[in-house]
Amino acid sequence: MKALRKFMDKLKPHFQEGGRLAKLQSVYDGMETFLFTPNTTSRSGVHVHDSNDLKRSMITVVVALLPCLLMAMLNTGHQHFLALGVEAGWGEKFLFGLLAMLPVIVVSYGVGLGIEFIGAQIHHKEIQEGFLVTGILIPLIAPINTPLWMTAVATAFAVIFAKEVFGGTGMNIFNVALVTRAFLFFAYPGEMSGDKAFIKVDSALGYGGSMEQQAADAFSGATPLGHVVTGDMGNLPSLYDAFVGFIPGSPGETSMIAILIGAAILLFTGVASWRVMVSVFAGGAAMAALAHGFSTPTYGASLLDVPTQLCLGGFAFAAVFMATDPVTGARTRTGQYIYGFLIGVLAILIRTYNSGYPEGAMLAVLLMNAFAPLIDYCVVQVNIRRRLRRSRATKPEVQI
Amino acid sequence: MALIKLKRGYDLNLKGKVESNEVTEARARLVAVVPDDFHGVVPRMDKKAGDHVVAGETLYHDKTHEQIKVTAPVSGTLKEVVRGERRKILAVVIEPDGNGDSRTFDTKNTIKELLLESGLWAMMRQRPYDVVPNPEARPRDIFVTAFDSAPLAPSLVALLGDDVKYVARGVEALKTLTLGDVYIGCRPGETVEAPQAVVNTFAGPHPAGNAGVQAANVKPVNKGDTVWTLDIVTVARLGKLLATGKLDCTTTVAVTGSEVKEPKLVRTVMGCAVGDLLADNLADNDKEKRIISGNVLTGEHVAGDGFLRAPYRQLTVIPEVAKRDEFMGWASLSPKKFSVHRTFMSWMCGKKERELDAKLNGGERAIVMCGEYDRMLPMDIYSEFLIKAIIAFDIDKMEQLGIYEVAPEDFALAEFADTSKLELQRIVREGLDRMRAEME
Repeated sequence: MKALRKFMDKLKPHFQEGGRLAKLQSVYDGMETFLFTPNTTSRSGVHVHDSNDLKRSMITVVVALLPCLLMAMLNTGHQHFLALGVEAGWGEKFLFGLLAMLPVIVVSYGVGLGIEFIGAQIHHKEIQEGFLVTGILIPLIAPINTPLWMTAVATAFAVIFAKEVFGGTGMNIFNVALVTRAFLFFAYPGEMSGDKAFIKVDSALGYGGSMEQQAADAFSGATPLGHVVTGDMGNLPSLYDAFVGFIPGSPGETSMIAILIGAAILLFTGVASWRVMVSVFAGGAAMAALAHGFSTPTYGASLLDVPTQLCLGGFAFAAVFMATDPVTGARTRTGQYIYGFLIGVLAILIRTYNSGYPEGAMLAVLLMNAFAPLIDYCVVQVNIRRRLRRSRATKPEVQI
Repeated sequence: MALIKLKRGYDLNLKGKVESNEVTEARARLVAVVPDDFHGVVPRMDKKAGDHVVAGETLYHDKTHEQIKVTAPVSGTLKEVVRGERRKILAVVIEPDGNGDSRTFDTKNTIKELLLESGLWAMMRQRPYDVVPNPEARPRDIFVTAFDSAPLAPSLVALLGDDVKYVARGVEALKTLTLGDVYIGCRPGETVEAPQAVVNTFAGPHPAGNAGVQAANVKPVNKGDTVWTLDIVTVARLGKLLATGKLDCTTTVAVTGSEVKEPKLVRTVMGCAVGDLLADNLADNDKEKRIISGNVLTGEHVAGDGFLRAPYRQLTVIPEVAKRDEFMGWASLSPKKFSVHRTFMSWMCGKKERELDAKLNGGERAIVMCGEYDRMLPMDIYSEFLIKAIIAFDIDKMEQLGIYEVAPEDFALAEFADTSKLELQRIVREGLDRMRAEME
């Protein structure tokens, strides 16, 4: 470590003002704080500080996302070989998934972090860690067949217009990863839905794929919710498959088990709010039960029972990783219950009664992002009014 | 008497507790009064360097309210008035002559005059604004805290010793100054006898011992109210002053912290030089040390040749940086890295004694994680929204969200736990000061 410290110290002058690489100062600072915990000590106020910082909190979320990432890779491979009708072992499936997802991860992090570095340099600020999580969320929620350039454009759009213009990490109104997804969804609708979006049939970095491509013709790659929309209820996967995650869908969203492991990590470490998470599921279950109670063949999804509704599509993933984003969600305790519950209700509502969108979780979270400040405002207003009443009530006593 | 249970907050378990009740004596070779300790008082000197003073004699008075006086804690020669930028008075240093002369006060004066004249007035705080009380306002109530819940803090009742008998007399005097009640907040099992006071007991972690927190849970401060806060030690001093006519300027100080050889109680005089207090009690290692007058949350960083600061009852010494250039500290899985959050593994060790250093452990960020401040503040206040209103200096919002109820010390624990490493106490202090400038 000493050698590394010496090396960094030797490089330092080049990156400081007047140095040859002064334009890359924030990159150097970012690297330095990444490698070594800064030795700065408190100047005012408390003399001791908790070990936890934003870096650690964000890394915790990334760790919580790892089970989803691994399952995403496995399932991408699984669906690939299933579509081709080729027998393959778990190792091969995972390798294919890894090769298929790696370029997306690289592009997402490359574009996003690149913009963050430039932004930090322009404002002479430290690089903030927000994109660590966003960068891994994007590959997990974008359909696997999204062309890389689209991912790049969408990521750039989201980071600049959903985050940097508002002031960077901690200041954004909408969840950056979801803005990326929404941008893809509305800018390139043809590529984002339908049978071809969710299953990678061609080869990944030269691995897998089939020369003849004949199998792909006979195979329907629609997601379960896609089937529901077209009224094809016979083709739904079993609840078990949906729970484990071997169904077509956006890479990270298919496996309920992986999502629940992530949820357990987030809740145990306290990084995510259990109030939001629980109330999203409660809202979703309530709405699903209601829809199921009045089920009609006109709206295919209303035929699904509650557990199936919660397991399918991006609902669980949104509940655990998207709705709990502290920056864009409600910040008061009471507000979090309302915010979460409404996300759950809206997600199932959109999914069930709007045949234009087979999945509503993304739109529900984005919509509620816009309403979160209003919810907080109302909750805080109650506190303000209580304080005002108290002050009026005690006034006469003071004037004695 | 009511038992009030507070859930929010946290008890930091630090290394370096005082184990025995034995008190050693330390003779002060230099003593200083630091005007910054009496927030809200703008000093105008009454004495100059070279003058002889006795204990209880006025050193300086306030610019606007001339009745507010700060007095000498010891008899001796005024050695120096240390001034900083723009001639701001940093410290008034006295060289004690050791003959213990002290001024006799006329106890027939009104209580208010006695408090102002003796300098005890400056030891009290007023809410709103957390400043030395304005003599023109009558307080709605007076809140006295009888325990200090801060890390490594000594038991105030134990510090008082025999002087606890003066508390009732002090309360009786204070009661004449308020329209309402004198409330005393005690730890369960450590209650003090004071027939004239309303005694409440508070169970729960720090900041249960903050008078402001106690007030918020008994009878919150509203807009237009004035409330005084002080500690039981000052009440006993007032009682003793009334009984004897002399101001007792001695104090018992807990010398604590992981960088102290032997944590102990030391009896000395208010404002004693830190060097005299520590003597050769600093741990023998080559670590750079941070000497804090007070506790690790709200105390003042003082130099080795600095002085004991108000409220004159604790000194904490911790390492400045325990481990330099920690490699990838953010990825550490070691249970030794302490955090109140469970993102680090320190929860595995339970409530073990910790040795914390002064490192920030991260960079300043925007507020991202939510609910962190509320977890540390047992008041009916949306602290995060209040902090944001203060940063934006939105006076209406600050008022609505309860700025009148808080003091910087109430946010100390939140500042410790804050993931974003914001200087909350500084923010609140500046907010209160600017607010006061606008309103008064």
